[in-house]
Amino acid sequence: MTTVAAKPVTTKPATMAQALNRAMRDAMAEDPTVHVMGEDVGALGGVFRITDGLAKEFGEDRCMDTPLAEAGILGAAVGMAMYGLRPVVEMQFDAFAYPAFEQLISHVAKMRNRTRGAMPLPITIRVPYGGGIGGVEHHCDSSEAYYVATPGLTVVTPATVEDAYGLLRASIASDDPVIFLEPKRLYWSKADWSPEAPAVVPGIGKALVRRAGTSATLITYGPSLPVCLEAAEAAREEGWDLEVVDLRSLVPFDEETVVASVRRTGRAVVVHESGGFGGPGAEIAARVTERCFHHLEAPVLRVTGFDIPYPPPMLEKHHLPGVDRILDTVARLQWEN
Amino acid sequence: MTVQELPGAGASHRSTQPPAWRPRTDAAPLLPDPEPYRVLGTPAADRLDPELMRRCYAELVRGRRYNAQATALTRQGRLAVYPSTVGQEACEIAAALVLEDQDWLFPSYRDTLAAVARGLDPVQALTLLRGDWHTGYDPREHRIAPLSTPLATQLPHAVGLAHAARLRGDDVVALAMVGDGGTSEGDFHEAMNFAAVWQAPVVFLVQNNGFAISVPLAKQTAAPTLAHKAVGYGMPGRLVDGNDIAAMHEVLSEAVRRARSGGGPTMIEAVTYRIEAHTNADDATRYRGDAEVEAWKAHDPIELLERELTARGLLDEAGIQAAKDAAEEMAAALRDGMNAEPVVDPMDLFAHVYAEQTDRLREQAAMLRAELDAAEQEAAELEEGDPS
Ligand SMILES: Cc1ncc(C[n+]2csc(CCOP(=O)(O)OP(=O)(O)O)c2C)c(N)n1
Repeated sequence: MTTVAAKPVTTKPATMAQALNRAMRDAMAEDPTVHVMGEDVGALGGVFRITDGLAKEFGEDRCMDTPLAEAGILGAAVGMAMYGLRPVVEMQFDAFAYPAFEQLISHVAKMRNRTRGAMPLPITIRVPYGGGIGGVEHHCDSSEAYYVATPGLTVVTPATVEDAYGLLRASIASDDPVIFLEPKRLYWSKADWSPEAPAVVPGIGKALVRRAGTSATLITYGPSLPVCLEAAEAAREEGWDLEVVDLRSLVPFDEETVVASVRRTGRAVVVHESGGFGGPGAEIAARVTERCFHHLEAPVLRVTGFDIPYPPPMLEKHHLPGVDRILDTVARLQWEN
Repeated sequence: MTVQELPGAGASHRSTQPPAWRPRTDAAPLLPDPEPYRVLGTPAADRLDPELMRRCYAELVRGRRYNAQATALTRQGRLAVYPSTVGQEACEIAAALVLEDQDWLFPSYRDTLAAVARGLDPVQALTLLRGDWHTGYDPREHRIAPLSTPLATQLPHAVGLAHAARLRGDDVVALAMVGDGGTSEGDFHEAMNFAAVWQAPVVFLVQNNGFAISVPLAKQTAAPTLAHKAVGYGMPGRLVDGNDIAAMHEVLSEAVRRARSGGGPTMIEAVTYRIEAHTNADDATRYRGDAEVEAWKAHDPIELLERELTARGLLDEAGIQAAKDAAEEMAAALRDGMNAEPVVDPMDLFAHVYAEQTDRLREQAAMLRAELDAAEQEAAELEEGDPS
């Protein structure tokens, strides 16, 4: 066996946006069938600059500015995937993906099934989602509940710079359509990261314990992860040692990691931005209750956005689950009182 | 910044035309002729290719028989539903015949016949309508996309596939079919626009059969003709008699040729008529009168061609009989195939949702497996005559 001298890995601060960009660049360089497409993804590099430089490096056929029509974009991506390409579609904003829902639900999610496995569609649909950026109406929806309710779709959402790279690479490599939810308020969050030797992260379908603890488990994903980690730090003062589980993938859902954590801690709170009624938290709470009933010291609680249309920027801070609301809910886990 | 300070707002700029303001294309060549294009019964018929027309004739007769057989199968409960194309066979057959092997067909739910004419096994083509699965064939093997039930949604797929093929340097044309009602859907417009902007090798074939279920064309659109819609996207629109297979073949071939040679997409409106009801579940007498139907019956695609070919001595009694015999043979095979009980495996419910089954689906599959095993055991015990 020959040993290769390990190259010193240099890390430097990188944003989630840079990691996403790098993931597409590397995927495009490795696989000529990968095509990025969407509104303004070419010369502009996307309104969030996530596709910055891709058209320049790979040409306008590999990073395509499309007409402004979401159903057309996704529908064309279906045909491209039918012909053996791997389209990576950018939806400009969460709420502007809705015109494409017919294509998404009737064709993207079902093509493998309709054709008995003969025609899988390896399409990655990148959706910047969620609030906290002061965006006006239609720019801050958390639409994950619609996606997770659609069989045939894989739904992932990174919360760290490393995951942004790793999960996007895994999504593009997947033979199934993946909804890749990008927490837009974390686009500019930084971490030390090495684009030359990106850390190998667990692929799609694996949750991670981001912080070990013993008193209760916070189950969360995407934009709410940093909030939960902050809440866990703050909770130490109250004598709570919180475990934080980052789901990373909503479909498939890593029940085992979640269940193991809740069985250890005996208490659980699910935290997400989207509305609570019919939201992913309802499903998770139900599953945890089914699997952990005898381990639970208290009902599974949820901290979610209110069941309202996303509010205007000046009110969003009241809507989004914040540290205080999480701590108040954790306090309610002292059920016997 | 005040308005005066905005770049280009100075008085000296006002006289010059901004650069984007110029006609991109002369619209006139894109406009459809006012009357549907016809060949049969006109001097243009002099140039008919006898071999091709005899093939068209045989396919039309076979297609009519296929429609009759499939409709009969709905009455016997063998098919859940069948949207008939009686009267529209010329559109269906021509669409299939103008394509090369490597080309792709994107049919709507009504276009089983086009798929069969392209060579798909007649029984496989009916899988969707029989209900044993959604798509009964491998689309890649036949280059036929799944029959699309949501209207017009298959059109952007055709554009994407044709575009992908061109990016890869392959000689592939996609022909996409849609009804008159489907042209009102957003996906129709988005597909037309994408195709024109990308100059994709696509042919859109609109079968204007008069109705979307019960709604007549006049309530569907205010456009002079559906073919006029093409102009707004920057592609040629063609109006053709959909019952005249020679005209259909010519116009479609020309569009396919244009697409293949890099000339971009074409939209064709075939003016035809749906002789039978929308499906067996529909009562057509509620929205149209017999006189209209009878008038269209007098313009039957098979009779139009038969008249032309016999008058020119290109088809005789023996030829007509041979076409009938071949059609009967196909019908018998279809009957036999459809009378065989389809084999369905309940476990297939979970087999094709994801490349790798999720824990959730594995759990649900185990539940169904247990239910099936229990039912089987119960049936076996009953068989043994266990009195308990
Ligand atoms: C998106 C969508 N809306 C409604 C329907 C229900 N539907 C099925 S067929 C049909 C009429 C279609 O008319 P047309 O496009 O003219 O095609 P034709 O049936 O005449 O071939 C309707 C409304 C559908 N299949 N898809």
